Amino acid sequence: MNKPDQIKTQDRPASLYAKREPVFNRRIDGKFRRLKWAIMVICLAIYWGTPWLRWDRGPYAPDQAVLVDLAHRRFYMFGIEIWPHEFYFVAGLLIMAGIGLFLVTSAVGRAWCGYACPQTVWTDLFQHVDRFFDGDRNARFRLYKAPWGPAKIARRLAKWTVYLAISFATGGAWIFYFADAPTLQYAFWTGTADPVAYATVAVLTATTFVLGGFMREQVCVYMCPWPRIQTAMLDEKSLIVTYKDWRGEPRGSVKKAGKNPDRFGDCIDCNQCVAVCPTGIDIREGPQIGCITCALCIDACDRVMGETGRPRGLIDYATLEDAEREKAGQPPTRHFKLIWRPRTILYFAVWAGIGLSLLFLLGTRVHTDLTVAKDRNPPYILLSDGSVRNAYTLRLRNMQGRPRKMEISIEGLPGAKIWSDDVGMAEAGTALTRIVPADETQSLRAYLVVPAGTPAQEFTFHLQALGEAREQDSAEAQFDAPGEQ
Amino acid sequence: MADAHNSPAAASRRIDEATNTETVGHEWDGIEELNTPLPRWWLWTFYATIVFAIGYCVAYPAWPMISGATEGVLGWSSRGQLQNELDAQQAARARTVAALADMPIEQLPDHPELMRAAIAGGSAAFKVNCVQCHGAGAAGSKGYPNLNDDDWLWGGDLKTIETTLIHGIRQPGDDATRQSMMPNFGADGLLTAEQIGQVADYVLTLSGKARASASSQQGAQVFADNCAVCHGAAGKGSRQFGAPNLSDAIWLDGGRREDIVAQLTRPHHGVMPAWGNRLDPVTIKMLAAYVHSLGGGEDFAETPAPPDTQPTEAE
Repeated sequence: MNKPDQIKTQDRPASLYAKREPVFNRRIDGKFRRLKWAIMVICLAIYWGTPWLRWDRGPYAPDQAVLVDLAHRRFYMFGIEIWPHEFYFVAGLLIMAGIGLFLVTSAVGRAWCGYACPQTVWTDLFQHVDRFFDGDRNARFRLYKAPWGPAKIARRLAKWTVYLAISFATGGAWIFYFADAPTLQYAFWTGTADPVAYATVAVLTATTFVLGGFMREQVCVYMCPWPRIQTAMLDEKSLIVTYKDWRGEPRGSVKKAGKNPDRFGDCIDCNQCVAVCPTGIDIREGPQIGCITCALCIDACDRVMGETGRPRGLIDYATLEDAEREKAGQPPTRHFKLIWRPRTILYFAVWAGIGLSLLFLLGTRVHTDLTVAKDRNPPYILLSDGSVRNAYTLRLRNMQGRPRKMEISIEGLPGAKIWSDDVGMAEAGTALTRIVPADETQSLRAYLVVPAGTPAQEFTFHLQALGEAREQDSAEAQFDAPGEQ
Repeated sequence: MADAHNSPAAASRRIDEATNTETVGHEWDGIEELNTPLPRWWLWTFYATIVFAIGYCVAYPAWPMISGATEGVLGWSSRGQLQNELDAQQAARARTVAALADMPIEQLPDHPELMRAAIAGGSAAFKVNCVQCHGAGAAGSKGYPNLNDDDWLWGGDLKTIETTLIHGIRQPGDDATRQSMMPNFGADGLLTAEQIGQVADYVLTLSGKARASASSQQGAQVFADNCAVCHGAAGKGSRQFGAPNLSDAIWLDGGRREDIVAQLTRPHHGVMPAWGNRLDPVTIKMLAAYVHSLGGGEDFAETPAPPDTQPTEAE
């Protein structure tokens, strides 16, 4: 009961709430910073550019390369068009994305967090805006500490205006995935777009402004479930950003280490790794949830090591296993072995398996479909000449981007004649021909009549697409007739 | 030692070395929990939800009272919202309804859009007003006509159906009602039981349900004397009189010999309300369109003049 640290605890006033420690990350250049730049540019270009790509699908379908057409329930992605009943393609893509994340995590650690996550990309973008308006780390810190005066207010307003502009552009771009981008753009600015579009833009602008401009690393630390999942997924063979404490400790300045080289490690305690960190952590405390493995501290440390004539890589991507090996003086595992191991191979196999199955399904799917729903009340109608009529609702699906002529015929029901509301019983024949509009499902009420005395039986509706792609489909159906009395 | 936190948990609180954070003091099999402070923005978010809740309570019905709830300054209620939605539906339908009101039913087939709307509206109205007798599938039952087939007592084109709907069947107060009264041949002693049996045998031969016999041959004469005036010499019925076709496969009141005998003895006379007194003209038009769409609807004759004088097969 009288341990010293307990007494210390009770002396401290307990604080239930902690204020955010602002992060003023220093500018750094290096291998990983350039990689981060490149990925950021690619990600933003994909995000902002994709809705404007065009893709010719003929006169009956939209020409936007990527379009989630909720109004017409179609999803277009370049040459692929997904109907709602094929949603398993989208589900498959989502599963692939999930397993892809597992694969990347087990191979290269939290690379998603460090480079490609939208929160990371936009936080990075906003931090560059900070730097542009307020200067680098020290200047930003001074401004933060400075009392509110006209100059500070002006600077803050200017910066927040740019935040808002970026947020608006971000929120604004989202809606273009859901409608024809040029048309919607025009409608948006002329005030004639759907209120949903404005509401969506407003909400996404607000979230971008708040999450990217102010919450930043707190999203990763407090809100995002992914760091927790990743923590569970990382193993001793996953690449993480590692401070090689066996090499760096004990820390000492260049001056001290120069005087007494044997007592000090390579870390000169310059704090550059902390200064450049976009989430404001100290990597030398070891792996932690705030570390998104963006590797900017590696860039910073490598530069310092170079300037002080020490070998690079005091902070480096390393696996826990390699850390042990290196401590023991053994050479690190070869790179391909890090990536090529049972766990990653398994993930890759599952990932690729799903991908190939989806491709196979895409390649072999039929663009014609027939479904039949029989009228059950009444099951049959006796006509005045003793013949028996049944009614069916047929749905003819044409998944091609052009109108197609389709013929419905009856197999296995002797003497049956078919007609429809627009054909009339007088013109009833053995088959019906319809032109199904491009990319649509047409509903058709069909009547079948058989001569008196035909017993109840099963038969088949046959759908044949006429024209070049002679696809077909058929559907079983029941014909009801009065029983013997 | 004046310790305010004099509990075992408080006593075993300590600073965790790795994170430099205080623990909560509990320990479960060596697992301890850090007392990490909440971020302050979370606190502000919590306060914001409280403010929202207060605003919500002021704006919307919230607090339960003795005989209801506080009303809220916005005056919102779920019933009010329902009424608004119903009004909006009504308004959305107003154009279609107005167009239907102005259009004579003979012209309806030329306007497929309107026809579809009428059929949909008729389908809904049918479920409220008609299913009680004609059934949900409009297939009727014994004594209640099947509206899906091609057999019509009074005619099956749009205009005739509309007329039948407006004036009803055998409605005393309506001059234009569909009126047909087959005499009580048996009950009133117009025919003897033997004659009724003979005529029933004859009627069965008309639709091929029975072969000619000595009885049916005698029944033929009885039929010619008593029945042909309405049902026609060949028993094909007459829409002018609403006399059923006796030579087809459809029997409103049953097609067995005893059914026919019963009908001859004391006929069943079905009735239908004159819907013109109960429903508005647009609903009746929609009902006519729906009934016509069920598969047995007839086209207008070449001259779409008075539909009551449709050519009847045999008279």
